[in-house]
Amino acid sequence: MFGRLVYESLRRQKRRKLLAGVAITLGVGVATAMISVATDIGDKISRELRAYGANLVVTPQEDTLDVQIGGVDLKPPSDGAYLNEADLPKIKGMFWRNNIVGFAPMLPVSVRLSHSDDTNSLTLLGTYFSKQLTFGKQDFVTGVRSTHPWWKVQGAWPNDNSSDVLLGESLAVKLGRKTGDEIEIAGQAHRVAGILSTGGAEDNQIIAPLALAQQILGKPDAVRRLYVSALTKPEDAFARRDPQTLRGAEYDRWYCSPYAASIAFQLQEAIPHSHAEQIRQVAQNEGIVLSRIKGLMLLVTLAALFASALAVSAAMATAIYERRTEVGLMKALGAGNVSVAALFFAEAFLLALIGGVVGFAGGALLARQIGRSIFDSQIAMEPVLFPVILAIAVIVTFAGSAMAIRRAIKFDPVYALRGEA
Amino acid sequence: MSANRNSDLVSRRAAKPHTSMFLRMLMRAAVLRRGRAASALVAMVVAAAVATAMLNLYVDVQAKLRKEFRNYGANIVVVGKHGQALPADAVDKVESAIAGQGRAVPFAYVVARTSDGQSVVVSGTNLDQVRNLNSWWSVTAWPNASLDALVGTRAAAVVSPQGKAFDLTFQGRNIHLKPAGTLRTGASEDSRVYLALKDFESWTGVQPSTIEIASSGSPEEVNALIQKLSQAAPTAEVRPIRQIMEGEARVLGKARATLAAAAILIVATAALCVLSTLIGWVFDRRRDFAIMKALGASEGLIGGFFAAEAAALGAVGAVLGFGIGVGVAAWIGRVNFHAPVVPRFNVLPVVFVGSIVVALVSAVLPIFLLRRVQPAMILRGE
Repeated sequence: MFGRLVYESLRRQKRRKLLAGVAITLGVGVATAMISVATDIGDKISRELRAYGANLVVTPQEDTLDVQIGGVDLKPPSDGAYLNEADLPKIKGMFWRNNIVGFAPMLPVSVRLSHSDDTNSLTLLGTYFSKQLTFGKQDFVTGVRSTHPWWKVQGAWPNDNSSDVLLGESLAVKLGRKTGDEIEIAGQAHRVAGILSTGGAEDNQIIAPLALAQQILGKPDAVRRLYVSALTKPEDAFARRDPQTLRGAEYDRWYCSPYAASIAFQLQEAIPHSHAEQIRQVAQNEGIVLSRIKGLMLLVTLAALFASALAVSAAMATAIYERRTEVGLMKALGAGNVSVAALFFAEAFLLALIGGVVGFAGGALLARQIGRSIFDSQIAMEPVLFPVILAIAVIVTFAGSAMAIRRAIKFDPVYALRGEA
Repeated sequence: MSANRNSDLVSRRAAKPHTSMFLRMLMRAAVLRRGRAASALVAMVVAAAVATAMLNLYVDVQAKLRKEFRNYGANIVVVGKHGQALPADAVDKVESAIAGQGRAVPFAYVVARTSDGQSVVVSGTNLDQVRNLNSWWSVTAWPNASLDALVGTRAAAVVSPQGKAFDLTFQGRNIHLKPAGTLRTGASEDSRVYLALKDFESWTGVQPSTIEIASSGSPEEVNALIQKLSQAAPTAEVRPIRQIMEGEARVLGKARATLAAAAILIVATAALCVLSTLIGWVFDRRRDFAIMKALGASEGLIGGFFAAEAAALGAVGAVLGFGIGVGVAAWIGRVNFHAPVVPRFNVLPVVFVGSIVVALVSAVLPIFLLRRVQPAMILRGE
């Protein structure tokens, strides 16, 4: 009998049920979309923050002091130690390899241009543009195009295996060269593949594939420093602990958290005779910006949950309030308060389940759409979200109905039936 | 007396019969069904509050986040053309061009020799300003006495491994410095020695060659400032730091777009909440509607009555909700950004009009549906 009452109520009062059902579906949809966006926003913004470029730098351990003013290296090229290029792919073998967005080696050498009345020497910077590397069975592509996203090239990026070069914007004007011209460096002619604009010291430099710089320097395999761009977790008090003082489980936890400090530590392990350091300007501020945006989205999500809970409650209250006459009739026929309440709760439960499932699917689609249109990538959906959302939907629907149900069953059946509500 | 007052009343009523009755109906409707009217009002207030908070946040969050982004330091740099020093008045000119919209910090550089002949870059600057500009610098202790130096960690290993006072030479002139603290940044600053500009100038005689500027404006304002600076100091090269500008524009744009999507969803949900409550409220009063119609009221009058009621509700809800929403936005600002979100009063008309429109739609919709039903049917309870 009870089952039939619920079934018939759902079948016959389609309009009323539809209104409440739509409210639940929309509420759940908005809640789902907001929760999934909020849980994933950290990852997404973290990726966007990589636009600031490398957050870690690896230098040779026994290096002499940098003599650098305004990005121009004044240190004699013969001076100082080097990293070994052959060690670089090992980065893809470390624990947090999947958090490494890219890395780019740098080797500045000073060169003189032949047939040039300018007697000053120029800096030629050897690097990877988008170099194909292999580690074990893994193939990957890395270079300045991923670590220095603000570098803009007019023309084409040179191939890493060619001997083509890029000319800095200001240097190109000074030398009167443009894309496609030839330039003679250290007695050899090289094609200018493009003009580079960075807004920094590179605008006055020649940028070449690493192998060319090594050949000019006469040191195959040499790399002066290595820039690494990694996805990191904002630094907290635990991250600042010295790994030397950590024991057992604590050390494991530190080592297995993607803090900038622990990734630097692992880089040092992966590359022999190296010293890795976080570039504090990028690494520290990343944490601040990330935590602010995450905090903002969390609070906004709370507001969204509140608004959708309210919408569901309001719809349920209205739907039940409209059925006072029905309650009066049931009570006049001898139904107890408990059985009337049970009937309403069963209906609310069914509505919440249906609305919850449909709303979850809609919300997931919405989140996907937001992810695709704003971040050009999918928003990851946590499967655990589904039962949580359903539970929230049921609880909110019950809470929203409870007040209305109480008022409905308290009402004197005589008045209700006479229509004097 | 009483007859006099009565005739007064009569004449007053005769003058404005409809308005007075209309207002009374409005008032009585709200007073007699306090419960229902209150729940509709609550829905209205909450919706307006949520909408206000989201709009306020959306408008203000850009300024808030931009402030956070200024932690990345300078976004404009002024350097002498072809590596020359800047003219002596460049710093003052730049300061006046910025006009308080940011910070400008001068830097002078030389390559000095240590006592054992190693090259080290020494920079003279205003250390107090650097402290504000480059908040990521990790410094053990900032120098505050004359001839105190801030030594980069890598430079420290060369110039004073034991933290003792050390000598530097530049073009035959000697200076004796005391290391006050060490500096760690992970970049080229680690290999430098920093000292106060006054000490630096009296030692080397070299003027600042670089001014780093952190401007807190929008990209358009920053570009305008670059134009202004180029005109103010024609012998210098003024350029934006692309790494900082582009990173900021990108992250800020994405964060704002996400917030906008969230705001739209939340405001839509709030409007829905109002819609469903108000439709229920008006539907519930179909008996009033039927009685009015049976007593001979025109459809226009009834529609006007319900519309006026809804509009009043919307207006009151919007004003109350605006107050609460501003409070919520301020609270979010305080919790997340440690600075309250400033109330934006240009949001008020939007919320006000939006609330009234939603209220009107939800009042007129059921009336429209009930229009064709005979009053007798409604009164009979069908």
